[in-house]
Amino acid sequence: MSTAIAEIHETPAESSVNYLNVTYGIKSWLLTLDHKRIGLLYLGSITLMFFVGGMAAVLMRLHLVEPQGALFEPETYNKMFSTHGIIMVFFFLVPSIPATLGNFLIPLMIGARDVAFPRLNLMSWYLYITGAAFALFATLSGGVDTGWTFYPPYSSTYSQTHVVIVALGVFIAGFSSILTGVNFIVTIHKMRAPGMTWFRLPLFIWAMYATSLIFVLGTPVIAITLFLLGMERILHVGIFDPAVGGDPLLFQHLFWFYSHPAVYIMILPGMGVISELITAFSRKKIFGYAFVAFSSLSIAVISFIVWGHHMFVTGQSIYAGLVFSVLSFLVAIPSAVKVFNWTATLYKGSISYEAPMLYALGFIGLFTIGGLTGLFLAALATDVHLNGTYFIVAHFHYVMVGGAVMAYMGGLHFWWPKITGRLYPDLWARIAAAIIFIGFNLTFFPQFVLGYLGMPRRYAIYPAEFQVLNVMSSAGASILGIGYIIPLIYFMWSMRYGPPAGPNPWGAKGLEWTTQSPPLTENFETIPIVTEDAYNYPSEAAHG
Amino acid sequence: MSDHTEQSGHTGHIVPVSTYLLVFLELMVGTALTTWIAYIDLGRWNTVVALTIAVIKMVLVVLFFMHVKYATGLTRVVILAGFFWLGIMITLSCSDELTRTWEIVPQGWNMILPIVFRLF
Amino acid sequence: MAELATHGAHPQGFAHQFEDIEQQRDAGRLGMWVFLVTEILFFGGMFTSYTIYRALHLESFIQGSHQLEVKFGATNTAVLIFSSLTMALAIRAAQTGKKKGQIIFWLVLTMLLGALFVGLKLRFEWYRDYVDGIIPGVHWFYNGPHAPGVKMFMCFYFFMTGLHAIHMIVGLGILAVLVSMTARNKFSSEYYSPLEISGLYWHFVDIVWIFLFPLLYLIGGRY
Repeated sequence: MSTAIAEIHETPAESSVNYLNVTYGIKSWLLTLDHKRIGLLYLGSITLMFFVGGMAAVLMRLHLVEPQGALFEPETYNKMFSTHGIIMVFFFLVPSIPATLGNFLIPLMIGARDVAFPRLNLMSWYLYITGAAFALFATLSGGVDTGWTFYPPYSSTYSQTHVVIVALGVFIAGFSSILTGVNFIVTIHKMRAPGMTWFRLPLFIWAMYATSLIFVLGTPVIAITLFLLGMERILHVGIFDPAVGGDPLLFQHLFWFYSHPAVYIMILPGMGVISELITAFSRKKIFGYAFVAFSSLSIAVISFIVWGHHMFVTGQSIYAGLVFSVLSFLVAIPSAVKVFNWTATLYKGSISYEAPMLYALGFIGLFTIGGLTGLFLAALATDVHLNGTYFIVAHFHYVMVGGAVMAYMGGLHFWWPKITGRLYPDLWARIAAAIIFIGFNLTFFPQFVLGYLGMPRRYAIYPAEFQVLNVMSSAGASILGIGYIIPLIYFMWSMRYGPPAGPNPWGAKGLEWTTQSPPLTENFETIPIVTEDAYNYPSEAAHG
Repeated sequence: MSDHTEQSGHTGHIVPVSTYLLVFLELMVGTALTTWIAYIDLGRWNTVVALTIAVIKMVLVVLFFMHVKYATGLTRVVILAGFFWLGIMITLSCSDELTRTWEIVPQGWNMILPIVFRLF
Repeated sequence: MAELATHGAHPQGFAHQFEDIEQQRDAGRLGMWVFLVTEILFFGGMFTSYTIYRALHLESFIQGSHQLEVKFGATNTAVLIFSSLTMALAIRAAQTGKKKGQIIFWLVLTMLLGALFVGLKLRFEWYRDYVDGIIPGVHWFYNGPHAPGVKMFMCFYFFMTGLHAIHMIVGLGILAVLVSMTARNKFSSEYYSPLEISGLYWHFVDIVWIFLFPLLYLIGGRY
């Protein structure tokens, strides 16, 4: 197909074979073993869950424009925030970067043809959508009102909502994570191309490896915890039941043993993406590669010894509180190391401001704010005042949305040309990034103030003096929502009408950029031999 | 790529039947011993003995039946990590659950400060 | 080295995302060990809870433990240890290139022992527990000393041995698949990874029971 007319609408990359067009039909997608297609299967399902969880958030913020609540009965509001949390945490944030970008990129970045266990990879996706189906079914049948944290005795004894079904959905999705973690660990250990030593790996791979450690070590514990909760709810007796000598706080220990590291599952891949974006758009190698690599591992390890900071005011002993408070300060250190190193990478770099870079810069600022406010919460004394308020809500949204989601958006924008072979309109992408940044801050900054002033979280009503800040937050939420819808539109547009991308539109370093866009099913015609370090951009001396 | 030699990984190593039988015997003896000792009053030591024997049995199964004696360092690190993480979960949970009734020492600072001052 | 080896060089069972069978074997083994670590943490949640409550309610746990019969726990321990031996011998038979009949013999013996374990449990322990009314939430009319704490202990007993039994039954299913694969000549002394990896799983389930026996049946001794 090389007529002049064909060349206007088609490109050599498109008329050539790639993983998208090599076979057609629904069976070729639902039974695929190609890690790239599986990444796209996840992308579709995760995007759906994001908008479902986002819908719950929009409804919550609309409700909260009035001090007495504008839309719902309190019981319904409780279901709204629970649904929002459950869907966003378990069905969006935890799998987001690992299952989409991780699945797509890991074999490409290490020079392999696929992950170690492709069939297990496909099974992971099916487990994910089975779990999501249970959760959606429960939501549509009335949801749960326990919060995403499911604390007993409310969740085990008193709540009249579909706790067991939702817990089952999360349980099943947990196995999706576990198998993904196993797959990634084995892939990274055993399938690197010749010459791809550990210290030549892109930092995204180090981040994904650290994330996979958390998947493997933490997720089984929430699985057993939800199993025990389900048993207690079904049998009306169990190990968290004070009537038989049980302790509801034991649930919290087991729950947070996973759920705290889980928040690092959410941020570590994002940090890996940021390392890739900062180096590419400063055209400079990362400052302190080994420090950034080891900081990912340190975060993964330390994340497991801090969970009690979620329990400072729920009845934990003061001694445990002291221990967990000190340990929680420790975990900030490797995160700070990363922020310093990214900033040092920017210094004297050749910086350009395409959309992925805007997201990366936004991440650095917003993650820093979110991370610092975490320190206020790690200190026992200030946590007593701030716990249970909107300060916490603002803190975790700064790290999870201002951090992880922005990194996810930045990564999608950076690798979209590789994934689809198409370019999206950069002007609209930058506009959307700006709208998201503005909307995000307008939504969540007022919540720091609200929390400090004492407005409790998870409440359907609030004192009238907080209304102005709440209205500001809700206004911001609507702007943020628009900001997320715009990329949906131009990404879909680009798949049909976007100009062809070519193998390396950004001029970035990394094995994935040496392949065609979109790549072949087998990734590389011949497995590369790696001879250079990561981010081997020409130095400033060689540069003009 | 690595050569397929007798030393590569574990595949080359074949454990003799006699080793398996010996380990089997040791495991059975350990079980019998554990059961027998349960009927003897050793007070708190009953638990210690029983769990020690259980750990020894586990080590035998891991080293010989699961071939870890002939496995790579990575395998050992993976196994140790698993137990270490279990240890974190138990230890830090107990640091709360078993200290709930500890009294906050009322004279705490008053006791410590004079000692500190004497140091300087 | 940068080229893929040609088809003819690869033994049966080779998966093409790998460079060679050695890499595939290593990957399979590492994958199963990582999975077993997840199982350590999975059961570990229950062992953690057990540790805490035993420390806080020792008298109740002793009383609860005395509701169990040591002879069945000990017998089942022996059964499982024996099954680990037969599993190891099955893998060894494949490793040393024995005929498939011999491999199948050891696999079937392992299955029978595993089924014996489950059967003994169901018939002599859980059925009797039902009759005696010491199954919390299902059939409970114990009114001996420390009744609430004994109920808690029995929750642990059923949850832990129940989860263990589910893992055993899954193991039996895996063994059945392995018997079928062996019968269909899928294995050789060059390629027996599924047997080896399943063996790791089976031994792990044995190890869990090695700990459950003293922790559930022998609390406080029987003197």
